[in-house]
Amino acid sequence: MTGTDLLQAVIDGVLTGGVYALMAAGLSLIFGVMDIINIAQGAMVVLGGYLSYALSVHLGIGLLPGLLITIPALFLLGVVIEFGFMRRLREADRTAMSILVTFAVAILIEGILSAIFGIDYVQLHASYVDTSLHVFGFYLPYIYLIGFALAVALLIGLYYMLYRTKFGRAIRASLQNRSAADLIGINVNRTRTISVGIGVSLTAVGGMVFGATNAFNPNSGYDLISRLLAIVILGGLGSIGGAMAAAILMLVINDVVSIWSPTWAPLVFFVALVLVLSVRPQGLFGRSAVRAQ
Amino acid sequence: MSAVSARGSAPGGTAADGRTLRRWLTPGAVVVALVVFAGFPVIITDPTATSIAVFTVIFMVATSAWNIFTGYSGYLALGHAVFFGTGGYAVALAAQDWHVQGGWAVFALLPFGGLVAAAIAIPIGLIALRTRRHTFVVVTIAIFFIFQLAAFNFGFTGGTSGLLLPLAPFSAANYNQPFYYVGLAVLIFTVAVSWTVRRSRFGLQLLAIRDDEDRALGLGVKVGRVKLAAFVLSALPVGMVGGLYVYFIGQIFPQFAFDPLFDVSIALMGFLGGLGTLIGPLLGALVLESLQQYFTLTFSGTGIYLIVYGILFLVVILLLPRGVVPSLSQLLASRRARAPDEAGEPLDPAVPTGVAGLLR
Repeated sequence: MTGTDLLQAVIDGVLTGGVYALMAAGLSLIFGVMDIINIAQGAMVVLGGYLSYALSVHLGIGLLPGLLITIPALFLLGVVIEFGFMRRLREADRTAMSILVTFAVAILIEGILSAIFGIDYVQLHASYVDTSLHVFGFYLPYIYLIGFALAVALLIGLYYMLYRTKFGRAIRASLQNRSAADLIGINVNRTRTISVGIGVSLTAVGGMVFGATNAFNPNSGYDLISRLLAIVILGGLGSIGGAMAAAILMLVINDVVSIWSPTWAPLVFFVALVLVLSVRPQGLFGRSAVRAQ
Repeated sequence: MSAVSARGSAPGGTAADGRTLRRWLTPGAVVVALVVFAGFPVIITDPTATSIAVFTVIFMVATSAWNIFTGYSGYLALGHAVFFGTGGYAVALAAQDWHVQGGWAVFALLPFGGLVAAAIAIPIGLIALRTRRHTFVVVTIAIFFIFQLAAFNFGFTGGTSGLLLPLAPFSAANYNQPFYYVGLAVLIFTVAVSWTVRRSRFGLQLLAIRDDEDRALGLGVKVGRVKLAAFVLSALPVGMVGGLYVYFIGQIFPQFAFDPLFDVSIALMGFLGGLGTLIGPLLGALVLESLQQYFTLTFSGTGIYLIVYGILFLVVILLLPRGVVPSLSQLLASRRARAPDEAGEPLDPAVPTGVAGLLR
């Protein structure tokens, strides 16, 4: 192993970590506002990938313009799921039940995708997917750069929305204390629906980049959700910044370990998770106390 | 089921009749159930039906065992496929390394599979049970994926191609029967354990943890020890049927030994029947696993089967969030509670009557 290999692995890790950060931020946003763990987030990323695939293969719409269709489509899916299922769960055991409900949604998405597309692996292609930029002897595939740029732009947008707009204040208020937010006139239900929509719509971008950098089939969601869960738990559930930091950290470690052993690299996520949790059960950046509701 | 019919029949006779009836109904129902289960493959010999019965009994054991931990303690564990797969691999490896010939000898290895699963449950429980509620769920899922990945990558598991079990020398016509009866024996053992736990001091401690863990701790329940014991106890039967399952299939692969659908299936079965009850998980597994096997045989395309399953899952959770058995007993309890009111108690003016009262 040379220093160049190491540096290349770190750069790759940061670039892919940005995309994972985006998907994990959606998961953390939904948990923060709703107390719901969206197990279907992985399946939704795969769904986003298949939407981009269908648009580019059957309608000839490129991957980037296709996002203008897939982002609203997944936003709508999030709204429908929140309206149809999540808000019907009882407050008392909402988190546990949400895991089952969203697991069922994941199975449903997997079933529909395998009925339509079959179970063969596919991958997204475009001119910028198969070419790389060469700088200082490093190979940087354009799609990694585009994915990272998109992720950074969307994360900055998300940050701006959460901390600089009135709606973001409403989201944070509902996140901190539901009844108090209700009392000062925030429409908590609407805020929640839109937050879930936003959290799910982030998977459209994640799915496009994931589908361009990995071969995937309807079953790929499980592998993805297990990594995303490891990331959000490591970062501390509900902490969006923590999720972003954990995503980049984990992907860098993953890519560095891949230099020695690509097969065992994914194990890094889970070993790190188990190690961290045995020392800090609330995660790296998590709040130690359970939020008062 | 027996408790429900006993209550239903009580108002018909005198109180003494009701008590006698109630005393004999539970043992009676147990005997009837045993006779039905034992007689099933004798009366219905169709191999398709008996094969469905083997899978159903396996899932009844798994769901009932899972309920000993999740149902009684309230901690939702979504990683019991770890114990299923570990038991399966333990039995497959033991049969291979000790040169066990096919036949009844392999069944003798099932307790070994269960013990290995229980042993694995100790470190997993020590780590996972440091966390609570939703983090716990996610940690169990994460540990499940560690095991799946390990099974794919370790040399001794045979990797993707898996391992072969010894050939069972049973005649083709009655091939399923030995598996069914061994499964039934494990089921009786599991239900007996679950029943004993439910009625013991240990079971009460678990229920106290489910209701309010901090208060249970304050009252002197050694919560860490109690949760770990229940976790390990619930892993044992799952490991045993994991071994039975792979012997029945004849081989073991990482994909179906560590299958995320297994975790969700037993959770759904438990929820459908009623978490924390003795017979709820049994009923849930009986209905859902036989249906699931039937669906798999009918719609061979995986997509359709997953769609049907996903929809069924959503309907169960949204319509019967507490499960069939608790919903039924709640209905009966509220009917009995309402009866004295109708005897002419003075109306409380604060209580809205009519339609408003019904909607309340």
